[in-house]
Amino acid sequence: MVGLIGKKVGMTQVFDESGVLVPVTVIQVEPNWIVARRTIEKNGYEAVVLGSGQIKESRLTKPYRGQFPESVKPTRHLVEIRDFELEGEVGAKIGVEALEGLRFVDVRGTTKGKGYQGVVKRWGFHGGRDTHGSKFHRTHGSTGQNTHPGHTFRGVKMAGRMGGQRYTVQNLRIVKIDPEKQLLLVKGAVPGAINGMVVVTSAKKREL
Amino acid sequence: MDMIKAVEVAQQKEGVDNLRIGDLVRVHFTIIEGKNERVQVYEGVIIAMKNSGLRKTITVRKISYGVGVERVFPLHSPRIQKIELVRHGRVRRAKLYYLRSRVGKAAKIVELIQKKKPVVVDPSTAAESTPEEKSKEE
Repeated sequence: MVGLIGKKVGMTQVFDESGVLVPVTVIQVEPNWIVARRTIEKNGYEAVVLGSGQIKESRLTKPYRGQFPESVKPTRHLVEIRDFELEGEVGAKIGVEALEGLRFVDVRGTTKGKGYQGVVKRWGFHGGRDTHGSKFHRTHGSTGQNTHPGHTFRGVKMAGRMGGQRYTVQNLRIVKIDPEKQLLLVKGAVPGAINGMVVVTSAKKREL
Repeated sequence: MDMIKAVEVAQQKEGVDNLRIGDLVRVHFTIIEGKNERVQVYEGVIIAMKNSGLRKTITVRKISYGVGVERVFPLHSPRIQKIELVRHGRVRRAKLYYLRSRVGKAAKIVELIQKKKPVVVDPSTAAESTPEEKSKEE
């Protein structure tokens, strides 16, 4: 597993080698620092803690600052990546080059908040007819049975808060890696708003 | 936004901005047939330009064996090897869709003949410039 913290820059289009125009998301990788290593002896699992992004000194709390060794300046984001394959001491710097050689990645981020949404937008219910005497438009309809079981089951799809959740998009093809500008171009869309933090890891369900 | 622009600009070709609507052009287009690659030359009139920047396209119309053919080429596509400009045409519209309903001589576009601007010799600068530069200006 290889992973990095990045920043979503936005989407555009790019020609690939065969001349096909491919929709891509541009992800900027600010310097990633290895903040700590989790080991099996001490923590029960292997992982690396990466930090990235700038943060004001005044915004730091003591417990947060305590996470960082002296060699690393406190960063805005802290992410653990399990079974990290790359070597590197605590305090080492990692850039997009780390992803070189990969063909597919998974990208994790926080989706845009949509607020309180109905069942049609939130769960893809079809709704009813608008006209021709229909009285069933965009509501969810029945949420359960009768006297037995006598209550609505948990987890029934209803209206409510949508978005603003962590979401992973799997198997996005790497179109280009630009070590000079520290940019990563990935085919397709990535969760979250522009300037949002994303975590790019090697694809879990796809071989090289 | 700047980074997005940088990504796009890096892909853009140079020397394609001299094309205009009504131009007769020869497009050298790479065709991939299985493993073979060859270059096909497509000659016709630019009847439309769409989009801008990296996504800019030209629509080229020609009459092939009596049948009108129109092809849309992305200007910045790596499959376009080069675009030869045969001649500029004299047109008064940004889109030449009216050509579709015309045949023969009515569908012809006259070549644009640019009148040379008369050289105005400013006595103050003329005195300073060397004879070599003068001959160039003329």
